[in-house]
Amino acid sequence: MAEKISLTDLNKTLSEMNVQSLEGVTIEGDVEIELDTGAGGVGPLFAYYFGQEAAKIALQLINFAKAVGYPVENLMQPVAVAQAIAPAPKDIAAAAAAVPAFKVASALASSKFSVGMDKTWRFPIQEVTIGATKADGGSRGHVVKLGGEKAMPFFPDAAMPHAPKITMDVFDMPIGMAKAVKMHYEDVMNDPAEWAKKSVKQFGADLITVHLISTDPLLKDTPPQEAVKVVENVLQAVDVPICIGGSGNPEKDPILLKKAAEVCQGERVLIASANLNMDWEMIGKACVDNGHVCLAWTQLEINSQKELNRKLMKVAGVPRESIVMDPTTAALAYGLDFAYTNMERIRLGALKGDEELTFPMSSGTTNAWGVREAWMVKSPNKQDSDWGDRMLRGPIWEILTGYTLAMAGVDIFMMMHPLAVAYVHEITQSLMGRIEAKTPDTANWLKMGV
Amino acid sequence: MKESSPLNLYKQLPQTNCKECGEETCMAFAAGLIDRSKKVEECKPLVKEAKYAKKLAALKSIIAPELKMVLIGEGEKQVKVGGEDVMYRHQMTFFNKPPFAYDVSDNMDEAKLVERVKKISTWKKFYIGKWESVEMIAVRSVTDDPAKFAACVKKVMENSDFPLILCSFNPAVLKAGLEVAAKARPLIYAANKDNWKEVAQLAFDYKVPVTLSVPFDLDALKSMVVTFAEMGLTDLILDPGTSPNGKMLQQSMLNFIKLRRAAVEEAQRDIAYPVMALPINAWMTTEDPVRAAYWESVLTAAFVIRGGAIMIKHSLEAYSMMPDMHLRFNIFTDPRKPVQVKPGIYKVGNPGAESPVFVTTNFALTYYTVESDIASNGIDAYILCINTDGIGVQASVAGGQLNPTKIKDASTEADFKWEGQKYPALVLPGMAAKFSGELEDLFGGKAKIMVGPEDSGRIVGWMKDFWPPK
Repeated sequence: MAEKISLTDLNKTLSEMNVQSLEGVTIEGDVEIELDTGAGGVGPLFAYYFGQEAAKIALQLINFAKAVGYPVENLMQPVAVAQAIAPAPKDIAAAAAAVPAFKVASALASSKFSVGMDKTWRFPIQEVTIGATKADGGSRGHVVKLGGEKAMPFFPDAAMPHAPKITMDVFDMPIGMAKAVKMHYEDVMNDPAEWAKKSVKQFGADLITVHLISTDPLLKDTPPQEAVKVVENVLQAVDVPICIGGSGNPEKDPILLKKAAEVCQGERVLIASANLNMDWEMIGKACVDNGHVCLAWTQLEINSQKELNRKLMKVAGVPRESIVMDPTTAALAYGLDFAYTNMERIRLGALKGDEELTFPMSSGTTNAWGVREAWMVKSPNKQDSDWGDRMLRGPIWEILTGYTLAMAGVDIFMMMHPLAVAYVHEITQSLMGRIEAKTPDTANWLKMGV
Repeated sequence: MKESSPLNLYKQLPQTNCKECGEETCMAFAAGLIDRSKKVEECKPLVKEAKYAKKLAALKSIIAPELKMVLIGEGEKQVKVGGEDVMYRHQMTFFNKPPFAYDVSDNMDEAKLVERVKKISTWKKFYIGKWESVEMIAVRSVTDDPAKFAACVKKVMENSDFPLILCSFNPAVLKAGLEVAAKARPLIYAANKDNWKEVAQLAFDYKVPVTLSVPFDLDALKSMVVTFAEMGLTDLILDPGTSPNGKMLQQSMLNFIKLRRAAVEEAQRDIAYPVMALPINAWMTTEDPVRAAYWESVLTAAFVIRGGAIMIKHSLEAYSMMPDMHLRFNIFTDPRKPVQVKPGIYKVGNPGAESPVFVTTNFALTYYTVESDIASNGIDAYILCINTDGIGVQASVAGGQLNPTKIKDASTEADFKWEGQKYPALVLPGMAAKFSGELEDLFGGKAKIMVGPEDSGRIVGWMKDFWPPK
């Protein structure tokens, strides 16, 4: 292998002419010319100068050959040489000017960032109050306000007037629960009033939802008259606003909820819920007659939600300030994409002025516990990586289900696990700028010791 | 792409209706470009023929995504970052799920490093017919020693072919890493206000994408972006600062929203680059590993939903990875495509005359869950998949989309030969138990109706107790 020499060295040895140096060009052996162009490739400027340099060498060699008496003129096409050393053609010169060699800037540019607000959001969400204090004819220690937003949650366009609220579930009979949930309620499972107290005092519930599921004909078939006594007990036990839920039985729920509405007259409870496949009119009217708020529940379909809201307002006469929507919560990994987008569309539609959608939203976040990943000991799929400790998997499932829907516009969450309640509180409050904490220097993550 | 009319794209096409792209007309192809189901390259004449060069260039510029797409890594594992066109997923879809890069550091001893790299590279979970997995590894320089960093990067590359993020603010350390890894096109993290000149030179010399880290100051961030773009460096990822807590966390969220809005709603091309989130920062707020991992998941969710295009994460616990992966999957699922399976009879394993026939719905999540529960346990069976309009078992039983007549009709349509079965038996989902009587009548003795478990995860146990039927 011949020793490598640079084109410039070659040129120098042939001439006393001053030529521009070219780095990174080697001539190997007799004919191979290797270009070390770096990863940048050959730019037009480089190619041009390389060609020029080579042409100059050719001239040197011709002169050299002539000097030793070789008849070079006969072999060469003078025209070609002339072209090679002619000034760069216009298009190459232009391209070369457009792609300058890389040069690090000497200083940072000075630029301002600005972005506008979403001008299509012109209508606020209806504000809804749940609960009534003595002054308003009830017995609650405080009321809870939902709604009033003028923008998507946590967006820069407008601050949220109220933080999302959490209502914790209480059932009127012991029910099957995931182990991670059950451990927190075993001692109160047979006493809804104590259960409610524990949820408020220990777990920080903003509200309590009493689910009268024992009224289900397939469970205990408790008569409405008797079932509502549990509600009275809970109202005695805690002074937070409450919600009342049925069993989901479409025949019995309207009768039960009407009875509950009567018993709680003046307390402004959230009645859960009116649905298109049951006598929604009876439920809506019971809310109107007794001054309560009606939860309008539909199954993941924006047009059904509009229809139900419209019927509750126009037919049952429920006032705007007494409607909350439950567009259905499908949990993380079990249809959350549908629930999220349905709610996001509802909220965006409302902000743009769809008056059938401008209501606060509620989420049955407890649904997260129905997902097998939240409670199953290990994966039924043998090729899955290990599923780890289910006691830690469950709560985060409920947290992310709730939090994701908070981003879509949910105002009130029905939840169960104390840890999940705490985290959803913390992140939503944080994003509203309500939590003071010393922020670490974010550059330090690079060197932290975990 | 801001363009919404196929007509304006059609103008830039050959308009010959040659059908080479698989569409009947150039107009149909134009519509495919609008919803991004077609790529320009599929129009062969436009790409090949010189006379269309101008149109090709014009078309490419019109359909470029509003948010720039940056490629990291090479070959099969290469990841696409950014490339989004919408603010909210229902407006079309989000296209490129943010890759999760899990960290390793150059102060780990070799055995631990290799173990962690393997865990990152092999983690997987089955979900709706697909395997979820990690995409990237982030190598942190804790030692600030170029030689140690280079050795660490080398070791990582010996044990994984995942695209890398080389993380240090020290240009000498980054250079050492690039010497080892540049050919695999890693992302470097990061240029900041102190080192940007050196890092820009590195990004140019090694031809790699680069992160610009300018926390909590969008003016300064934009200034650096503009500076880099003017130098010809446009494979940029932006780190606007991920505060893990306090009021600065609100600031982070607002900044992510503003950057996404500027890119896709206001077409501010000079700032329209993918944004990086650092959920790993949760680990600086607490000593409690469960608390840190939970909060890391919460931050992940926050930025998956609102504009994070790539993330660096830490916790490899199942209780972190499972929910985070599922959330990302859910948010980045294309809402335009119904998640349904074609109804009919499916074989799992090698079913024969002694195998059961399980009934389920054509909701993709339900179907694939049942299928994987059967397959991964080595059971040979048939699945009769019923068209419930893509609704799951519980809801379709309640809503009437799953009913005895439909099940009987599906069996007839699939032309299933019950007479060839040793134990002709149809196994209903436990949640559809109430159909068994009516179904027995409809089948008129051709098949026995059995009630299976409520969750298909329990099919294994059910098989032990009830199969073959007595």
